[in-house]
Amino acid sequence: MTKKVMTATAAISNAVKLAKPDVIPVYPITPMTTVAEYIADYVANGELDTEYIRVESEHSAMSAAIGASSTGVRTYTATSSQGLMYMHEVLFAAAGMRAPIVMGEANRSISSPLCILNDQQDSIAQRDSGWMQFYAKDGQEALDLTLTAFKVAENENILLPAMVCIDGFIITHTNEIVDVPEQEEVDRFLPPYVPKYSYLDPEKPVTVGSFTDSRYYMDARYAVEVAMNKSVEVIEDALKDFKDIFGREHDLIETYKCEDADIIFIGLGSVCSTVKVLVDEMREKGEKVGMLRIVSYRPFPSEKINEAIKNASKIAVMEKDISFGMGGALYQDLKTTVEGKEIIDFVIGLGGRDITPSAIYEVLERTKNPTKIINWIGVEEVD
Amino acid sequence: MTTSVGCTIDKPGSTRVNKTGSWRTFKPIVNKEKCVECDNCYIFCPEGSINQEYEIDYDFCKGCGICSNECPVNAIKMEIDN
Repeated sequence: MTKKVMTATAAISNAVKLAKPDVIPVYPITPMTTVAEYIADYVANGELDTEYIRVESEHSAMSAAIGASSTGVRTYTATSSQGLMYMHEVLFAAAGMRAPIVMGEANRSISSPLCILNDQQDSIAQRDSGWMQFYAKDGQEALDLTLTAFKVAENENILLPAMVCIDGFIITHTNEIVDVPEQEEVDRFLPPYVPKYSYLDPEKPVTVGSFTDSRYYMDARYAVEVAMNKSVEVIEDALKDFKDIFGREHDLIETYKCEDADIIFIGLGSVCSTVKVLVDEMREKGEKVGMLRIVSYRPFPSEKINEAIKNASKIAVMEKDISFGMGGALYQDLKTTVEGKEIIDFVIGLGGRDITPSAIYEVLERTKNPTKIINWIGVEEVD
Repeated sequence: MTTSVGCTIDKPGSTRVNKTGSWRTFKPIVNKEKCVECDNCYIFCPEGSINQEYEIDYDFCKGCGICSNECPVNAIKMEIDN
């Protein structure tokens, strides 16, 4: 392993180089542009032998990725925000066609108003597409999860596409120390993709992505649900392998001081790093708080979450997305899967608004003395 | 009904098996006594469901009525298909 200082987009690009995808159709977009650039450099320098396709849009990028993946080869792309929104209809096709594409996704807000800064509305809007979604907290985890995503997506019992999300700018553009694994280790963890189902082979001709009617449609969609449910254990197994080979430990959730906590903050991505520091500070002041970060948002690790929060009485959900009038998506997911806890939702940090320690203290205060269920932090609320 | 992974089709010609005539509301009926054999119905049928004997393949005719509309001698009537 080589330790290097690099941005998260460089860390992801290193993961992609090590995973050796056969086809990479990509259309650059802020703040994910440098992934397209680094990979282009690798191809130009002869460090990566891949079909790098400069497409004319994100809709085309995902369409080309599906075409490539449907020939049974490892496929990668990367995007963000409006690019991801432009891919929207094709994302569903990728999942339905069981194309195990891996995509890097920099979380960026959605127009309008147009804003390039971070929130998670873009990937949350793709929640129901059938893609697995992993949210990394830093460059190292983004690298590790990108490698793991290929292994899980290409598992013959899963065959679902996966996106690895990182907070735009907050993580994409932050330089940190990253352990870059050796090629030999990655080859052991992630052998070449050998397709078994749903791909084109001249020796065994099939039609992929065809029309169907109601006799088959619902069964095909149900098969996606079954695969998504099954992916929980496949991810666990992959992360065990990951630890054996690379020594780093990951899980579908990360918990911090949850065992004896009365109030647990739950979120996705970088916000949890801030919360983690504040948990220590709050505990020094006598507050019994903990933090739970959801790493795998789809599949949703309900059992692990319930186990981790079983001793708490209140949950403060902090999220960078909103289903207007109904709270955020994570809040709704937790309401569906968690029983017997008071769950309060906090919409925070939209469009890159800083999530400061004082904002998190406000979340704590409003969780202890709630006046409403859905709270917007950092705006002047109207009743 | 079980489907293959990704709902792939491993036998060619599934459009022949998948009969679309059931979509029809109106059914074209050819009156061969009036027919002048101009071939308009055969040429205009978007589904290729009429042959040059002016027989209609009701397994695939969706009942669009183009044949009836294009017939210069009103030899094709559209009737409610029960």
